Amino acid sequence: MIFPAVWNVLPGPAWLRVILLIALILAIVAALFHWVYPWFSVTFDIQDQNVEAVP
Amino acid sequence: MPTSVEVPTQPGAPAPEPPRRPSIGTRLISLIGELCIIAGAVIGLYVLWQLFYTDIVADREQAEVVDGLDWAYTGPITAGEGADEGPLVIPAELHLSPDTAPVMDEPAFGETFATFYVPRWGTDYVKPISEGVTRTEILDVLGIGHYPDTGMPGAVGNFAISAHRTTYGKPFNRIAELQDGDALVVQTEEAWYVYRMTDDLIVQPTQVEVIAPNPYDPTAAADAQYITLTTCHPMFSAAERYIVHGELEYWAPTGNGVPPEILEEIPQP
Repeated sequence: MIFPAVWNVLPGPAWLRVILLIALILAIVAALFHWVYPWFSVTFDIQDQNVEAVP
Repeated sequence: MPTSVEVPTQPGAPAPEPPRRPSIGTRLISLIGELCIIAGAVIGLYVLWQLFYTDIVADREQAEVVDGLDWAYTGPITAGEGADEGPLVIPAELHLSPDTAPVMDEPAFGETFATFYVPRWGTDYVKPISEGVTRTEILDVLGIGHYPDTGMPGAVGNFAISAHRTTYGKPFNRIAELQDGDALVVQTEEAWYVYRMTDDLIVQPTQVEVIAPNPYDPTAAADAQYITLTTCHPMFSAAERYIVHGELEYWAPTGNGVPPEILEEIPQP
């Protein structure tokens, strides 16, 4: 469903689609690393090392 | 001869079927399958990010912060072979009594005001200490944080600092290797402060008395110059806190060399 749809949406011949796909995946991973994961880790307090002295 | 391109059909053969959309059930199942694949990839990437990527980013950031402090000692950290080699060592007569230690004013939130040296963690261990203990601004980025309103280095009271034990550069990764009597050395712009570890304990996150001015008797007034390190315990968990206490042994003004303690070669595991 999702994967074939993405493949069909991408333009050009197969080799171009592969390149675009790799770029798309890298962009998604970068967005996860820089924004989504830091936000998740802080919001849900996965790792906290303070004694609760600060509000 | 007819030039028709019409494909001759065998008599009796079934007509070619038009491409049919798969049934709703098939599409639903393939959608669920794809979502599972994506979820697995996102969770797997989270682990990679947490365990490796945060270290890479934070180590670089913290090294840059230390390099940016023009007063911080980042010179050679091994003693020379002979007496004249290696960095200049603070002479014993400049090992001054804790009672005369200078105490700086508490800096603004986010300001890096000290560096931390722990020979037990290797003579190349140096990390910046900054004001505040929030994760986003301090601990995830700058490394070690100082609990606001606890004592400053050298003060009668408790100089309490906190840092990650795993990930984000993990400044306190090897805290469990510390032994009583180990040197914990703090440098500010004005002075070197050499603390000696006195004990370690594991507490609940709610036990804030460990950073009280007098950690051994939280209801009493401060009676000495303490240092307290807090970090998470067990590793990769936030269930408990690992605490290390120490007491100031001596201080020395900067500009007279480095404390001999930070040159001490302790065998590394």
